[in-house]
Amino acid sequence: MTSLLTQPRPIRLKGRSFLALALTPEHPFEDWLAQLDHLASRSTNFFRRRPLVLDVTGLEIDRSQLRELLDKLGERNVRIMGIEGARPSLLGPDMPPPMADGRPASDIEAPAEDERVEAKTPEKAAPPSPPPPKTSPSMLVTEPVRSGQALFFPEGDVTVVGSVASGAEIIAGGSVHIYGTLRGRVMAGTMGNGSARIFCSKLEAELVAIDGYYKTAEDLERDLRGKAVQFWLEGDTFKVGSLA
Amino acid sequence: MGKVIVVTSGKGGVGKTTSSAALGAALARNGEKVVVVDFDVGLRNLDLIMGAERRVVYDLINVIQGEAKLAQALIRDKRLETLYLLPASQTRDKDNLTAEGVETVIAALKQSFDWVICDSPAGIERGATLAMRHADVAIVVTNPEVSSVRDSDRIIGLLDSKTLMAEQGERMEKHLLLTRYDPARAERGDMLKVDDVLEILSIPLLGIVPESMDVLRASNVGSPVTLSDERSAPAIAYFDAARRLRGELLPVTIPGEKRGFFGKLFGRKAA
Repeated sequence: MTSLLTQPRPIRLKGRSFLALALTPEHPFEDWLAQLDHLASRSTNFFRRRPLVLDVTGLEIDRSQLRELLDKLGERNVRIMGIEGARPSLLGPDMPPPMADGRPASDIEAPAEDERVEAKTPEKAAPPSPPPPKTSPSMLVTEPVRSGQALFFPEGDVTVVGSVASGAEIIAGGSVHIYGTLRGRVMAGTMGNGSARIFCSKLEAELVAIDGYYKTAEDLERDLRGKAVQFWLEGDTFKVGSLA
Repeated sequence: MGKVIVVTSGKGGVGKTTSSAALGAALARNGEKVVVVDFDVGLRNLDLIMGAERRVVYDLINVIQGEAKLAQALIRDKRLETLYLLPASQTRDKDNLTAEGVETVIAALKQSFDWVICDSPAGIERGATLAMRHADVAIVVTNPEVSSVRDSDRIIGLLDSKTLMAEQGERMEKHLLLTRYDPARAERGDMLKVDDVLEILSIPLLGIVPESMDVLRASNVGSPVTLSDERSAPAIAYFDAARRLRGELLPVTIPGEKRGFFGKLFGRKAA
């Protein structure tokens, strides 16, 4: 127990991307569900154990309708791991979490009636093709990041022109630049990028992490508080330096 | 069309209800029609602060559920005839507040009042999010201490994401009302300084209300401080805040910073 406390073994937080199927419901939902039933009847295992995302972008739907749709999908053993394109007001705490920034992959073919083709479908369904490179690998935030807000940008760098409040969180695949006071938590290089850095013009952070290595406010040298600093990794060591 | 103001804070006990009543009375003193709506269903307080607890017949929930007309539930203040109160229910719970019901009531109030002040419950749950949902302006009530400031920051985040204005891509006007400010403690460094709070929250300052026995006394006699003791320091702060809400440009004085300011106040009270 004591060794556990005195020798900090950092918990490594890493991002992962997976391929999921996106279901796009259409009005009227009865007809759409009937079609889904038809598809499922041709291949009973098609939706089982497959990660599914419900895409409601641009769909006219309210919260109770969405809940009903989720229930009806649940009755059909279709489990939804996330909802894409939903307004925050649509989602309740008991619903799957919102998902954003999905990249389109090749379409997955619905199972054909021929059993032999059906047997092949699983291989087809999960092509390990790498996602196409994004053209905008950076995110610019010109507002202060408030307590309770979490920015997740696995694609690249995040720049904040303003402060990051205590209780706010930024998770970036690349480096994080804060032109203001950093009072919250920042995790850079979460997709396994050890060369990512964290910059801030005034350090009051709760936690900083690069590629899974982290330091809490307590571990940070006291004389760096309130200063402009940068953090980087040299091998397995966390480095801090003044920017002045 | 009236303006809808939400008075919110996240943290409890910072002075939302006191401020709602005091600002409501200060605005109504000018002859503008003001209604203060209590959203704290199940833990209503506003009727006590405004001294109307013995005149409550119907409440917000009755109106939302169609059991009473809006006009039946509104209580007119005995001292100011342009000041009204829409009380919350003490017996029902927050689940009776529906988004559609609140929308209908607020829309109706906007038609006949110049100012609709929504006194939000503490927390970030249903009652609080519905109170802020239809607002045009938000007043974030904060005490100069770290937990209150952090909760206010969280609320500002919600104001920028969960309100109707935010969902329509507009920016809500937000003001900071710093309450229970104690100049002596601030001088000793026991309290966050005004500049620190402003730096963290980065929204414009509506006013600084000093910690005062006058506020407590006013609550106990069931009268907003701006009515019971209008020459007291907190009442003056609320009157100034009300003028700033109307759009007047008025410099904010930090209590205690200018000795002359405070000396004058004490001098006047002694006289």
